[in-house]
This record gives sequence, C-alpha cells and structure tokens, in this order.
Amino acid sequence: MAGSGTAHLRDSDDPLLRVENLVVEFPAGSGRRVHAVSDVSFDVLRGETLGLVGESGCGKSTTARAVIQMIKPNAGRVVFDGTELTGLRGKELRQLRPELQMIFQDPISSLNPRRRVVDIVAEPLTIWKRDTPSERSDRVREIFDVVGLDYDAARDRYPHQYSGGQCQRISIARSLVLEPKLLICDEPVSALDVSVQAQILNLLEDLKERYGLTMIFIAHDLAVVKNISDRVAVMYLGKVCEVARADDLYSRAAHPYTNTLLASIPEPDPDFRPSTTYKARGEFPSPVSPPSGCRFRTRCPRAEALCAEEEPVIRANGPDHYVACHFPVEAPVTMTAGAPAGWSGPAAGG
Amino acid sequence: MSLPEVGTGLIAGGTSIDPAATGIEGTATPGFGVAAHKRLGWVFWVAAGWVVLVILAAIFAGLLPLQDPSVPSALPGLDPSGSHLLGTDELGRDLLSRVVYGSRVSLIVGFSSIALGLAVGGMLGLLAGYYRGFLDSVITGAANILLAFPALVLGLAIVTFWGPSLFHVTIAIAILSIAPLTLVVRGSTVIYSEREFVSAARMLGASNRPIILREIFPNVVPAAVSLGLISVAVAIVAEGGLSFLGLSVRAPTPTWGNMIAEGQAVIGQHPLIALWPGLAMFLTVLALNIAGDRLRGYFDIKEGGL
Amino acid sequence: MTGDPLLDVVDLVTHFYTEQAVVRAVDGVSLRLEQGRTLGIVGESGSGKTILSRSIMGLLPRRNVVRRGEVRFQGRDIAKLAERELSRIWGADIAMVFQDPMTSLNPVVRLGRQLTEHIQVHTGVGKKEARNRAVDLLRSVGIPEARRRLREYPHQLSGGMRQRVMIAVALACGPKLLLADEPTTALDVTVQAQILDLLTAQQEERHMGMILVTHDLGVVAGRTDEIAVMYAGKVVEKAPTRTLFTDMRMPYTEALIQSIPRLANPSHTRLTVIPGRPPDLGRPLAGCRFAPRCAYAQDRCSVEEPPLVEAAPGHSYACWYPVGTPEGSDALARNRRNGQIHSSAAIGEA
Repeated sequence: MAGSGTAHLRDSDDPLLRVENLVVEFPAGSGRRVHAVSDVSFDVLRGETLGLVGESGCGKSTTARAVIQMIKPNAGRVVFDGTELTGLRGKELRQLRPELQMIFQDPISSLNPRRRVVDIVAEPLTIWKRDTPSERSDRVREIFDVVGLDYDAARDRYPHQYSGGQCQRISIARSLVLEPKLLICDEPVSALDVSVQAQILNLLEDLKERYGLTMIFIAHDLAVVKNISDRVAVMYLGKVCEVARADDLYSRAAHPYTNTLLASIPEPDPDFRPSTTYKARGEFPSPVSPPSGCRFRTRCPRAEALCAEEEPVIRANGPDHYVACHFPVEAPVTMTAGAPAGWSGPAAGG
Repeated sequence: MSLPEVGTGLIAGGTSIDPAATGIEGTATPGFGVAAHKRLGWVFWVAAGWVVLVILAAIFAGLLPLQDPSVPSALPGLDPSGSHLLGTDELGRDLLSRVVYGSRVSLIVGFSSIALGLAVGGMLGLLAGYYRGFLDSVITGAANILLAFPALVLGLAIVTFWGPSLFHVTIAIAILSIAPLTLVVRGSTVIYSEREFVSAARMLGASNRPIILREIFPNVVPAAVSLGLISVAVAIVAEGGLSFLGLSVRAPTPTWGNMIAEGQAVIGQHPLIALWPGLAMFLTVLALNIAGDRLRGYFDIKEGGL
Repeated sequence: MTGDPLLDVVDLVTHFYTEQAVVRAVDGVSLRLEQGRTLGIVGESGSGKTILSRSIMGLLPRRNVVRRGEVRFQGRDIAKLAERELSRIWGADIAMVFQDPMTSLNPVVRLGRQLTEHIQVHTGVGKKEARNRAVDLLRSVGIPEARRRLREYPHQLSGGMRQRVMIAVALACGPKLLLADEPTTALDVTVQAQILDLLTAQQEERHMGMILVTHDLGVVAGRTDEIAVMYAGKVVEKAPTRTLFTDMRMPYTEALIQSIPRLANPSHTRLTVIPGRPPDLGRPLAGCRFAPRCAYAQDRCSVEEPPLVEAAPGHSYACWYPVGTPEGSDALARNRRNGQIHSSAAIGEA
C-alpha cells in the first residue's frame, strides 16, 4: 500500500487542497501508538468531489479532521488554496476557518441542544461579524429555504424537536452560511434512513452546484460514495489503496481490497451472487501493530512473499487510475450496468 | 428496552437513540419522545411553593401582623393559643414571629453564600474543564485540598478569627462551598467540551470566549442551578450549626440555630421552643433538596430525549 | 402438532400509552413462518419493525403497554404466557440476536462463564460438558482459538467477534427460531458479509426458522425466502423475495427500492426521493398511511384504508392503485399530468 505514494497527485494548475504525506498517530498506552493515518496523500481540484471510502479504523475520519486541523497531524503538509495550514497557529488559522467547513455524522450531537435552531445557523455570522442583524436574518432565511426547512416555524425551535434528516439540513445550513470553498462531509448520511439519505444526497449535489463547492465526502457505503463523487480514494488501515475516477473504480477495481469491498456489499437484487474469490476473510489487524509491507496482505487472496517484505508504492494503472499493490487485479468484480453483476472471472487473464 | 423515545429517521449511529424509534411526533413537532414532556410533578411544586412562601414571609415580615420578636409579650413557656399561634419561648417572646424573623438569617446566609460560591466555583470549574492541562491541574488540586479540610474546623476557624457576624458567616460558608461546586461544574464542562457541537463551533472559527459563553455555559447552567439549590439546603444547616454554637449572628436577633440552642436548655419542660425552629429548618431544607433534585431530573431527561 | 407453522402471528397489536397520545407502534400485523425458512422484515425507523420483533418475543416494558393478538409458536400461544414460562422458551426454543452485542453481553463477566452458564441453565448439563460445548460453539461460528477466547472479556473482542459470540449464545441451546434484529447494522461491510453468511449457514445446517429484521433491503435480498415490508406499524406488502424486487405492487416498496443508490448506476445519478417523513404514530391518519407521500395517491387513498389482500399466492399488499396494474399506472399518469407529484414544500422535508 502507498508507502511513499504521491504518484496520484496531479500536476494540475492549482488544486484547492493538496495533502502530502500526512501522518496521524495516537498514543495507545504503554508506549504503543495507534497508526491511524500513515503517509496519506491526495489532492482535490476546484469544483471536484473526492470520495474517501473505507471501513472503520481505516483513518478516513481522522484524515478529514487532520486536514481541517481539528487534530494536529504528526507529520505531512496540508496546503489549502495555496496556504499551508499545518504551519499556522491560533489566530491565522482561525481566519481561514470560514473557507473550510465540516459536517459531522451524528446530526443531533453536532447541534447545541440549548440553542434555538435559527441562532445556531446564524452563529457563524455573529462570530465573524458579518452583515447587520437584519441582513443576518435575511441570509439565514434564505439558507433555510435552500436546504428545505421552514424558517418561520423554526424560530422558536430547538434541535430535539427535529428529525435526524432535518438536523442534518440544519448542520449543512450552518456550514454554508459563510460560503466556504471546501466542504468536508464526514459520514453525513450514515445514520439516516434510506429515504432520508436520498434527500440529503440530492441536496448536497444541488448545493454543490449552487455554491460552487468543492467537497470531500467520507463514507463507508460504496454506493453512496460513488453516487456523489467524481473521484474516489479507498483507504485501509491508515493507507490509501486505490484512487480513481468514480465510474472507473467500480468497473475496473484494481486493488484486492477494493474488490473485497465490492464483493461484500449487500446488493438489493435477489439475483446478485457475490464473488467468492474476493470474499472477505479474516479480521482486521490492529492499527497498533499493522502488518509489515502491505497492510492488507493478511487478508488478501493474491498475497505473496514480496507483499510482506516491501510496501507497495502507489502507481498508475490506467488513465487517472492509481493503485498501491504489487499484484493489481486485472479481472475485477464488475459492477457496470449490463454486465452480470458481481461476476469475477478470467476474462482478460488473471 | 425503555419506552420508545424518538422517531427521528435515524437508524443507528453514534447517539443512544433507540432504533426501535417509532416515529413519535408530539404536538406539532416531531422528534421528541415521551420523556421530553415529563413534567416536574406536583411534589416539585409543593416544595418550590414552600420555599417561596418562606422567602416571601422573611422579606415581608414587617408587614405581617406579627409581634415584635425581641420583646416579651406574654408569659414564658406558653402553649400554642389564639394570640400566640406557636406559643412563647422561655422569655415570653412570640415563637411564630421569632421563627419568621429567624428565617431571614438562614435564607440570607444560605442563598448569598451559595451565590458567591457558584460565581467563584462555577467560573473556576468552567475554566478548568474547558482548558484542561496545567490550569486544570492547579484548580482541581486546590479544590481537592480545600475539600480535604474538615469543614467544621475550617468554618469555626474563620468565624472565630473574624468574629461572628452575618457577613463573616456568609463568607465562611461560601469558601467552604467553592470546592465541591468547582469540581461538579468542571465535570459537566468536560463532558460538554467534548461534544461535537463544540468542535463544530471551533471549526466555524469561534474563539474560546464565545464558545465558553454561548455553547458550554447554557448547557452547564441547569446542572449548576439544581446543585445550587441543594447546596443552599446544606448552607442553611451549616449556618444553623454555627448559630447553635453561638458563632453566628448574636442574640437578641433570632436565628433558627440560636433558637434551637436556647430551646435545648428547657427541652424537657417546653419541647416546642426548640421544635418549631427545628421543624422550620427541616421543612425548608427538605423542600430545597426536593426542588433541586427534581430540577436536575427534569433537565437530564429533557436532554436525554434528544 | 406437525401441521402448524413454526410461528404464526395473528393480528398482533402493540400500543404504547404516553402522556400525549396512544402510540400505535404495531397496528395489526400477521405473519407466518415455516420451519427452515427465512423471513425478512424490512422497514425504516418509525415503521415499528423492532417493536414487532420485541413484541413477538414478549420483550416489552410492563407499564403503559397494551398488546393484543396471538403469537403462536409451534401451535402454542406464547403471547398469553407469564414471564417465567416465557423465559424458559427464550434461549431454548426462540433465540434473539440484537444489534449491539456490547449491551447484550455482560462487560464484567468473562465470555466463558456467560456462555457456559447459559448452556447449563437451559440444558442441565454439567459444567465441564457445558464448557466443551461452548468451545465447539465458538468454533462453529468461526472464532479462532476458541478455548483461549473463553477467558476473555467482551471488550477485548472486535465488533464482529462479539456478534459471533452473540450468535453462539443464541444458538447454544439449539433454538428452532432465530430472530435477528439488525444484527449487522453496527458492523463494517466486510464483517457484515461474514456475519450474514454465518447466520445463513447456521440456519441451513440447523434447519431453523429465521426472521431477519433490518432497514437494509440489500441484506434481505439474497438471504430470505420471503419479505414483509412495514410502514407506520403495518405490513404493507409481503411477497416471496424475488417477486418483491421484480414485481412489487406497493408504491412504497417501489419508492424505497428506487431511492437506494446503486453501484451499477453511473456517478451523479439523481436519486429518486420519497418526499416528506413517516407519519406520527400517535396521530394516525384516516386512509392509507403512505398516501401523503405517494406518487400514485388519489382521493380515495386519504379516506379509505386499503386492506391487506392476498392477490397472488404468497403475495399480499394493501393498495388501491398498485404498481404495475392498469389502475396504478393510470393513477400515476394522472398525477403526473396534474403536476400533483407532491412538492417538498407541501409536506416538509424529512
């Protein structure tokens, strides 16, 4: 997996966000450390949506929090719109906050239970002393409208009087009121019902277009991530395994882990027969002592001796498709419409 | 499994919301459960009513048709009668008016000492709980040391050193209350500081002061207020104790404590003289405890219904 | 009583009496399950599915709850039994697996003890024999180093492992019916696949009846014989699994399936949304409960509640204008022409 891996960073003009060699580790008692994020790099161009997908413990949320400087990374650079965030302190960092916003997974605990909903959404304007008070309520009213909530009804309401989906809309409204450039969504729909999830996903797409947002969307649900992203990065145990355009990732997944994920998804299709080659096996290794070489090797059907000795470096595997694997898959689990769902076989040679 | 609480469109996730949610939507608005409508109960209102009654009586004692508490107006040791509803004490002073006037000292000391304690302790607790680190260690360490002092000894020392007066007793009790209040407020602050909405506020660019004032403080207040009421009860008992030992306001100003002390001497023959102030104190302390406890339960549940 | 189905739920009703209203969590549900078959119960939050499973088991709070109807297990109505008799059935004949294994396992007791005590209580064997059975059980659910694990505490295991232990506990006494209530919702997708495979394998091996309660249609698609869809406390459609997906009749079922993001679809596909929110179970509406959100709804739907009708063998649904029928298609077309597909403003977003 991407040890030193920056091959997938694009030379482009001017990415909005560029993360290089990010490392985040936590003490785990008795001198051990949790290697939550180990040398992760990626970039996001203006107007792009990057999906970060992986299971729990892969470090995707930690990466997001390190990007937004909620946690201080142990090493690495985060360059946002030309400014390096990692070096900034206190006040300078604060000044940039309006441009980088985040939405959290739990819609209800991210709202102060003792404040009225309209105040919560107006708060950023108050903090940054934007607009006059009457302009503020206009702006808040407008944003409520945009996210699909009733402003007048909300005036005296508190978060506990709203449903999960509505609370998430309130969170989104709060993040957008300052018109940020980058919006990081940390599992925003994971805790919501399917029908509500669809509403929020559509809403995010609309908002992205309306406000010209650049987004990082984090989730563990591959289908959700594919739906909303332009580009997807798959993470496992603190490393980036594969980065590709969304459609590509799913039709030609090159990393064995990506294939395992695809084979594990419960498809709402009674005829779907998941691949047996890539059936998930074994358990997650501990992030305190991850496997040597490639971190996925203990569960990989293609692992060889090399995988334990040498960590794979991320490299190109097709146009705008990068993978960190010594033996990338060439006959992957296919998911495109029209292809027999879930079949993997020696189509182009294994 | 408890009664279904909230139907919020949530399936599972980081909160403790029961996926057995049944979509209960209360009057006009969705998302709160059975629990959020829990009322304070009639017990609370009776208790609160008593406290309010005592406070009002103390404030407006002068306007009430009461005898002068310091001047004998009948024979000593009389039983309750029409003109002396609670009887008279060992010097012939009307017990009812003494009890009413006596409440003044208890209430003033009780409420002001705790108000002071909450102001100081609350602030220290907020700072310690929010900033953590060195500041927290210092404040918590100091609080623990203060807490370790035997309260009675400390109280006695302060009052003896300075001399007994309303002001000194209030200060002594306030000082004693700071440590526990600091620790409780600190605990609550720590919990809220780690909640996501505080991180969210920080990500929005709020600096520490607005976060403490607008995000954390409103959440800590309910717990502090309920604790405050219970502490007032303790303060009243404390004052009563000091007063009983003669270390509070001196005679002839009646206080519940010194009335009990005086009544103690003749408890064999005229038990009522000590009983009435004791009963008054007991009921007031009980009422404050009940009110404080109910409030705490009410606020806890309201939030639990999220 | 060999002619009886394993489980026969007849018109089960569970109402909660709160200060404001009577919450009709389960409002007349009938189900039937034969030995060796799997039934999926699918619904979003607020549908009453979890209350249904608890109600079938008899695991409800004692106060302010009214339960009516019959729950016949192997011919015997267990709804009428006192708790003491019920507890003899629990674990031995009917077992339940819950969503969160952490709360079902005692955190301060070693696993070995929890498992062996359970076996001893229900089967009466001695301690040594029980321990041996426990080891066998752990092995059969795929836990490596089973004997060593017995000495561990619940928190030392991963989520997937804990759930396996829960399944082991549930299967310890050879139950005839297994009720799994969102058994994998809290787990990662690869672990989820493993646990679901385990459940299916065990069910086949032991020829048990199984009920799988979940919000995830993908989970039930390949693993059940029959699916019942719940909405607002009632079963709105019941069909053999394949039929439900290919030939559904309830507009709700159709909308639900359509709102799930599909891997086969290209990225940025607009999701079909079900507008609005599930109804307040404390204030039931006249007529069909789904009508306010239904694309096919006509006037009749808000007035008269459609009965659950078995239109084809094994396929029942409750709708006046079902999907795929001439009346249904007309109704949909009519609504589209009149622009009566409900706007989100009219009913409020979820």
